[in-house]
Amino acid sequence: MSAAETVRIGQAIGRALGDAMAEDERVILLGEDIGAAGGPFGVTRGLYEKFGAQRVLDFPISEAALVGTALGAALTGYKPVAEIMFMDFCTLAMDALVNQSAKAHFMFGSQTSVPLVVRTPHGGGLNAGAQHSQCLEVWFAHIPGLIVVCPSNPGDAYGLLVASIANPNPVVFVENKAMYAKKGPLATPPAVVDIGTARIAREGRDVTVVSYGAAVHWAEEAAPGLAADGIEIEIIDLRTIQPWDEATVLASLAKTHRLVIFHEAVEAFGVGAEIAARMADVGFDELDAPIRRVGAPYCPVPYAPALESAYAPSATKLTAAVKQILN
Amino acid sequence: MNDDSQNSLPPEPLPFSESERLVDCYRLMQRIRKVEEHLCALFADGVIPGFIHVSIGQESVPVGISRHLSDDDTIAITHRGHGQAIAKGIKLGPFFAEMMGKRDGICKGRAGSMHIADTTIGILGANGIVGGGISIATGSALAHKLDGAGNIAVAYFGDGALAEGIFHECINLCALWSLPCLLVCENNGWGEFSKTERQFCGDLERMAAAFDVHYCFVDGIDVGAVTTAAGDIITAMRADPRPHVLECKVERFHGHYEGDPQKYRDEAELAALAERDPIIHLRKRLIASGIASAVLDEIEAKLENEIGSVVAAARAGAEPNFAEASLEVYAQ
Repeated sequence: MSAAETVRIGQAIGRALGDAMAEDERVILLGEDIGAAGGPFGVTRGLYEKFGAQRVLDFPISEAALVGTALGAALTGYKPVAEIMFMDFCTLAMDALVNQSAKAHFMFGSQTSVPLVVRTPHGGGLNAGAQHSQCLEVWFAHIPGLIVVCPSNPGDAYGLLVASIANPNPVVFVENKAMYAKKGPLATPPAVVDIGTARIAREGRDVTVVSYGAAVHWAEEAAPGLAADGIEIEIIDLRTIQPWDEATVLASLAKTHRLVIFHEAVEAFGVGAEIAARMADVGFDELDAPIRRVGAPYCPVPYAPALESAYAPSATKLTAAVKQILN
Repeated sequence: MNDDSQNSLPPEPLPFSESERLVDCYRLMQRIRKVEEHLCALFADGVIPGFIHVSIGQESVPVGISRHLSDDDTIAITHRGHGQAIAKGIKLGPFFAEMMGKRDGICKGRAGSMHIADTTIGILGANGIVGGGISIATGSALAHKLDGAGNIAVAYFGDGALAEGIFHECINLCALWSLPCLLVCENNGWGEFSKTERQFCGDLERMAAAFDVHYCFVDGIDVGAVTTAAGDIITAMRADPRPHVLECKVERFHGHYEGDPQKYRDEAELAALAERDPIIHLRKRLIASGIASAVLDEIEAKLENEIGSVVAAARAGAEPNFAEASLEVYAQ
């Protein structure tokens, strides 16, 4: 067992950025307020002082140019990590992400790789309203050529970010703004986490719960109550949404024969829909009950605390779904 | 056919080096013209699928610029970018094969006219999105600035891109960070099927001035003027990295896309285009300065031979295989 320290997720991300920059001088950061200001959530704090204005570039409020510029630098020998302050603002950079970055490798006949990472926080829980709380990862998972990653803890955040920066493809690295302060272990030295590998966050025999991001923690909250009722859920933290770890999900389903997919994003047309469809195909013979999805309702993220807490997926909603498929 | 009989230019001999330079320009402009004439014919015959947008009438711009660029300088080109790619040095065999969607295409048949690239010589891709390449060139200019080796990036765009938000974001960034990005507006007066004046009421010169970016206007009928202006600008940019705007007035002889019947253009305008042909203009000038028309004819004949055999070879190429292509969605 190697040594570990306890750090916040935001700190682990900052450390991964710093280590990648120290390792490879072609790694540069671009984003709004990431330099002298240390980043809107403090993730990049200290990097400007350490690496200077040439490598930690404070970008104007121009999201389309931000990702396009990062792509141009990636095509000219650099490994840019661009930060989009809120995932909702990706809407302004969709051409650069979807038409340009995702396509360049394939469309140019594999002449070039696109070593580009776009970090961006999704998720609600801060009463930030409908334009600062969305979980839009499934848009990017739908675009061939993009990789989509979403860690739930400091060790995975570090390990996946280092792997994303080293990857020759454009990666949308999804963080969760409500979880930046969440603490957890980070190994010394920290380990790289391979893209495309899920993690069994909790073993259980009765129901497989496939999750990612904040929902992993909500599933962990639900587990003791369910265990008290004799129900042991197996929680899979996907970690990578595209390409997702189908083998790990299928192996768990072969053990539990029941599947719930649980995420913070809107349920309809979501990540859960893809996993459910795939498991209904390749895992059909393993299923003893219909697959259930638990996600956000088909509604913009509301502002008022009373509304947002009713809107958000939760341990309670998961518990109800798990019990339902066991009946 | 070139009409050498009309000659309104003064018959002054050009200095030797100047005439040599302009003969080079003539050769390259004719190369682009003849390639695109072949593309049009191949498209009409159904040999080239999809959409193509030709730059006939606009050849002087990339020819005047590219002679000052090395393979390490980068360019982002437009959907009307054949000339920009050829002037930068793309090889005609893989170019034609790409247009035909062949396996030996420079992009393995996955790009076609609208997305062709050759990153080995700094062509970071044509773009199906109007203005889509401007931010890519901006980012490439950032890389050049960080490298500090004096290279530059060129963003080609048309006047149709002036109303795109990305242009405004990028000219700000280029100026804010003093990026060595040459913003080249090929102003042909048309944004797709509508006159630019119906789409854009700004003024590029004053926009550049608003960001304190140096602006230069050249009439693209004169490749010599484009070459001189681009040379001065690019020399300055290598020594002192900062953005420049170069606006070149050109004419779009063909439609927005090949096959466009152009019912939205009046006949008088179409009939007057020949007066604005930069190749005819240069030919007259060269002959007036003492270059024998036989020399120019020979250049054209050689090009025809070369292009004819390249086209024949490309047509004989194999079709690409989807199973192979589908394995390359991601870089390994």
